[in-house]
Amino acid sequence: MRSYSFRKLEDRMMISLAYAALIIALIPLISILVETVGRGLSAISFSLLLEEIPPLGQPGGGIGPAIQGTLIVVALASIMGIPIGVFSGIYLAEFRQSRFASVARFLNDVLTNVPSIALGIFGWTLIVVVIGWSVIAGAIALAIMMIPIVTRTTEEAIKLVPITIREAAIALGVPQWKTTLTVVLSSTKKGIATGILLAVARISGETAPLLLTILGSRFWFSGFTQPTAALPLAIFNFSQSPFRTADLPRAWGASLILIFIVLAINIIVRYITREKYG
Amino acid sequence: MSYKIEIQSLSAWFGSKQVLQDITMKIKENLVTAIIGPSGCGKTTLIRCLNRMHELTPRAKVTGRVLLDGEDIYSENVDPVTVRRRIGMVFQKPNPFPMMSIYDNTAAGLKLNGVADKHRLDGIVEKSLRAAHLWDEVKLELGKSGASLSGGQQQRLCIARALAIEPEVILMDEPTSALDPTAAAKIEQLIRILAENYTVVIVTHNMQQAARVSDFTAFLYLGKLVEYGLTKDIFENPKSELTEKYITGEFG
Ligand SMILES: Nc1ncnc2c1ncn2[C@@H]1O[C@H](COP(=O)(O)OP(=O)(O)OP(=O)(O)O)[C@@H](O)[C@H]1O
Ligand SMILES: [Mg+2]
Repeated sequence: MRSYSFRKLEDRMMISLAYAALIIALIPLISILVETVGRGLSAISFSLLLEEIPPLGQPGGGIGPAIQGTLIVVALASIMGIPIGVFSGIYLAEFRQSRFASVARFLNDVLTNVPSIALGIFGWTLIVVVIGWSVIAGAIALAIMMIPIVTRTTEEAIKLVPITIREAAIALGVPQWKTTLTVVLSSTKKGIATGILLAVARISGETAPLLLTILGSRFWFSGFTQPTAALPLAIFNFSQSPFRTADLPRAWGASLILIFIVLAINIIVRYITREKYG
Repeated sequence: MSYKIEIQSLSAWFGSKQVLQDITMKIKENLVTAIIGPSGCGKTTLIRCLNRMHELTPRAKVTGRVLLDGEDIYSENVDPVTVRRRIGMVFQKPNPFPMMSIYDNTAAGLKLNGVADKHRLDGIVEKSLRAAHLWDEVKLELGKSGASLSGGQQQRLCIARALAIEPEVILMDEPTSALDPTAAAKIEQLIRILAENYTVVIVTHNMQQAARVSDFTAFLYLGKLVEYGLTKDIFENPKSELTEKYITGEFG
């Protein structure tokens, strides 16, 4: 039997160790935020937000089309990806033990781990080669990235809903599909929203698949079958520019705006799906 | 007095495990029928077969017939959803919808089935909560979460929720097992009152409760119906030795 004071010491050491690990994990996170806010904030101005993208090294202009492009591509990808992901998740949760569900679940997991550049090539070969560099091609590639994330988190969230809740509704003579779409979905809104957020945040910052699909542009949106600008592409281009003094601040500004967009989506979705009680 | 439910050669399985064996019994209208028996003997399974909830469990199977007003609820052209609207259920553990208010919980069955008429809902909610003897305690806070009520109140809310869809039969699975004696007494009183308008089937572990609230009692043992008759006879004059042993507390 070890002495009480020894155990207490052991206890303290474990807690300190966990504490230290947490600090180490937080350092890069906080420094990214501080750095981005510090450098990005000074670059932000009305003209940065509202003007077309200048050629590299040129003074003036902004990143307006990139903000617009990101919003459009992400919105379009979400319109396609969220319903497909949520309904696939519902299917997997409802028909847990069917053979088809286990195959689909496996494929879904594989899809989650496909590197995004591979999805870019896929989008490029199947869509770009046919209709050209376009908003649609980018949105499809990003939607394909979203689907497995949304599917998985939706399935997990639904599985967490106690069977007693589901049975309560079914015993009231509510058809099964309706039970799922009402009682079950509404008691798991938060879980599903978290999955959607994860997916949206993830695709908002994707660069590789966009390079191969929407190409990038310096001008405002000109149609779903046309190339478009996007923030990750703008960040990439500006940060690689040889004209550092002119372009690097723009890259920081664009980064800050991207972080801000993801944060704003986060807050909005959490607000919409907040629970009345609890 | 007529029979509301006739159970004919009912057997039930979970996978390959048979848990009910050839049960035949008739349940009278507007009376309380109690089902007693040791833990695991199949009481819950039996009442879940009466509103077609048993088949929701994966790999569960039922054979035999259950006649509701003479019509087999297991016949092919019967929609289980319709059966469940006619035969309401109250579960062992109170299970109000946690994300709904008291009002919405009570109205849930109607709302989810498309009733939107506010006036009509208001009326039914009040009537059901009164019938469940909960109205006076909650009438001023109908917008509060159903989960914020006490256990006994939650169970009465679940009873109100079941009553709101105006079923003909109410199945109750140990409705007082999660409650303290005062709350349990309230539910027992309620069951007696409900029997004036509904056919009530109640599962209970509590022999005194069965004796107090029921008109008929069925004793189930290892998935078989051992004895069934007037509650008075079962408790004062059991025919089977097994029944006698169980009600005198020799096992169970
Ligand atoms: N979901 C299930 N899967 C497999 N077996 C089950 C399942 N539910 C119940 N059983 C089995 O079926 C038998 C009857 O169970 P049931 O729940 O009907 O008993 P009960 O009489 O209601 O018991 P209790 O008084 O403890 O509630 C038990 O042996 C139990 O192990
Ligand atoms: Mg039981």
